[in-house]
Amino acid sequence: MEKFATLRSGVVPLPIENVDTDQIIPARFLKATTREGFGRNLFADWRYAADGQPKPDFVMNDARYQGHQILLAGQNFGCGSSREHAAWALYDAGFRVVISSYFADIFRGNALNTGLLPLQVTPAELQELFALVAQDAQAELTVDLPSQTLQVPGRPEPMHFELDAYKKECLINGYDDIDFLLSQESAITTFEQQRTWIF
Amino acid sequence: MPHTLFDKIWDAHVVRAVAGGLSVLYIDKHLIHEVTSPQAFDELTARGLTLRRPGQMLATADHNVPTRHQDQPIQDPLSRSQVEKLTENCARHGVELYGLGHPYQGIVHVIGPELGVTQPGLTIVCGDSHTSTHGAFGAIAFGIGTSQVAQVMASQCLLLDKPKRMRITVDGELLPGVSAKDVILHVIAQLGTGGATGYFVEYAGSAIRSLSMEGRMTVCNMSIEMGARGGLIAPDATTFEYLHGRPFAPQGEAWDRAVAYWQTLFSDEAAQFDAEHRFEASAIRPMITFGTNPGMGMPLAAHIPAPAAAAEAPSFEKSLRYMGFAAGESLLGKEISHVFIGSCTNSRIEDLRTVAAYVRGKRKAPHVEAIIVPGSKQVEQQAIAEGLDQVLAAAGFELREPGCSACLAMNEDKIPAGAYCVSTSNRNFEGRQGPGARTLLASPLVAAITAVEGRLVDVAEYVLEYANQD
Repeated sequence: MEKFATLRSGVVPLPIENVDTDQIIPARFLKATTREGFGRNLFADWRYAADGQPKPDFVMNDARYQGHQILLAGQNFGCGSSREHAAWALYDAGFRVVISSYFADIFRGNALNTGLLPLQVTPAELQELFALVAQDAQAELTVDLPSQTLQVPGRPEPMHFELDAYKKECLINGYDDIDFLLSQESAITTFEQQRTWIF
Repeated sequence: MPHTLFDKIWDAHVVRAVAGGLSVLYIDKHLIHEVTSPQAFDELTARGLTLRRPGQMLATADHNVPTRHQDQPIQDPLSRSQVEKLTENCARHGVELYGLGHPYQGIVHVIGPELGVTQPGLTIVCGDSHTSTHGAFGAIAFGIGTSQVAQVMASQCLLLDKPKRMRITVDGELLPGVSAKDVILHVIAQLGTGGATGYFVEYAGSAIRSLSMEGRMTVCNMSIEMGARGGLIAPDATTFEYLHGRPFAPQGEAWDRAVAYWQTLFSDEAAQFDAEHRFEASAIRPMITFGTNPGMGMPLAAHIPAPAAAAEAPSFEKSLRYMGFAAGESLLGKEISHVFIGSCTNSRIEDLRTVAAYVRGKRKAPHVEAIIVPGSKQVEQQAIAEGLDQVLAAAGFELREPGCSACLAMNEDKIPAGAYCVSTSNRNFEGRQGPGARTLLASPLVAAITAVEGRLVDVAEYVLEYANQD
């Protein structure tokens, strides 16, 4: 997993609630057996017409937002299927941070395991950010993971966000849970020898 | 100290508590399928790791498989390569695989329970969000991502924070024609598609207890559709009776010890939940969804409501636009061209019996394409043994071979763009059943009635007719 500590970037605004993982990456694109290449089908049915041409009214096809690495989305982002391909697709398309007022549980875990930061703000802060980007499509936010802050242009105080201390260390150092779990080998073996409910 | 059912099982599986509130949780059973496992196997290989407990794993091919001609090679090259990869991986790593052609093959959440692999008190994971289904047996079962699939393969554990606890109590008697599917669609419509995010749900109350195991699985299956990590129901005599004699259930003296333990798995009287919701069974009506998330549901005879809050209006309107509906509209009389009966929510023998009982001696409307996809080979064989295949064929329904099929349309079973499909599956997301497809979620009985009528009808009178047949 790539390390993540800080990012200064423009934003892609997607003011839609309950964006499910079938929108992020439709099931018909899940037939690959590797992790790479899902980015081209990110939001496929919103992004492309049936003939494969980009739909001009979808935000990712708007020239003003090209190259922006922060996705700003409505509440309950990533609901639905457990497919980690959704996080891979966002990452592969260049996103490093998704901001929302809350995330579906499985998506949040998948994003953290992919090196994609799910950054949770309050509903009021989310509206503030949408208003900012509506006014200035090139507004740049600064995500600082070590201090857990989001600096917003024109805002005296940065926004603060919560993240589990262990997950924060993992992202900053590029560690994943396998390394940690393998280090628990002796405790796991002892546990297996003592469990009683397997009949 | 009083404990909830969830706490009893969770606490028994904590290998170690880690600073910061995380726990190393031991996983008893790991189910895998072709779509979310290949990258996990590759990750293990890349790191030079082996599977820690392949004997605690079970694999099947379900998401991607065709539902016709399963005896022949899969036509779609990508689907074929994914299924072949699963076969290779399972052979190389010693994982039991019930692939195409095996008498136990089927949807992973149908075969686990019917084989008796799913048991009370276990922790069960799968790279699939509907793993919550297995909670119907009083197990902690939840969906995971592919990175976590690799973690469980390598360590038989996951590093997790403990979800909050929610109890949903449904008391009273369900009206005739109101099924488990209507119960859970009603609950989700009330709580919303994100209403249980961060929680693990226990379902309780007399209406839940009165459900068969099939019905309980339908309820737990859709826990994820309100954001819950999972749902579970305390095991009881219904659970034990279902499990007894199944291929992987304990036998003889081990069975007695198992039941003695399983009987301790319930929430203590004074146990505290972080959230509680109560519903009256008699207030639940046959349900239908009108939007593009499972929380957008209503009684079939109701009118489409306005959005709950002004802030939700743009997403709500986008959803109705996709569906071709308007707030305030009744769906009665709406012509329906497709009916799909299947998925891990409603493809078990009880669901097929419900449909067959209603359509016996009837015929689907000429313009309707009605397919029924059994959840497993065992369900299919049982249906044939009971003659349901003949009843369904006579009514113009096409009985297919097992798989996830048009629930997520990874295979050829797609609903055309713009078409309305009444579906017994679990998700009405945009394009879920094919690009542009419009899905209305409902129970198997509502789906059967819709197929015969060719349009949505107030099912009350039809339900009486159905009830009188019994």
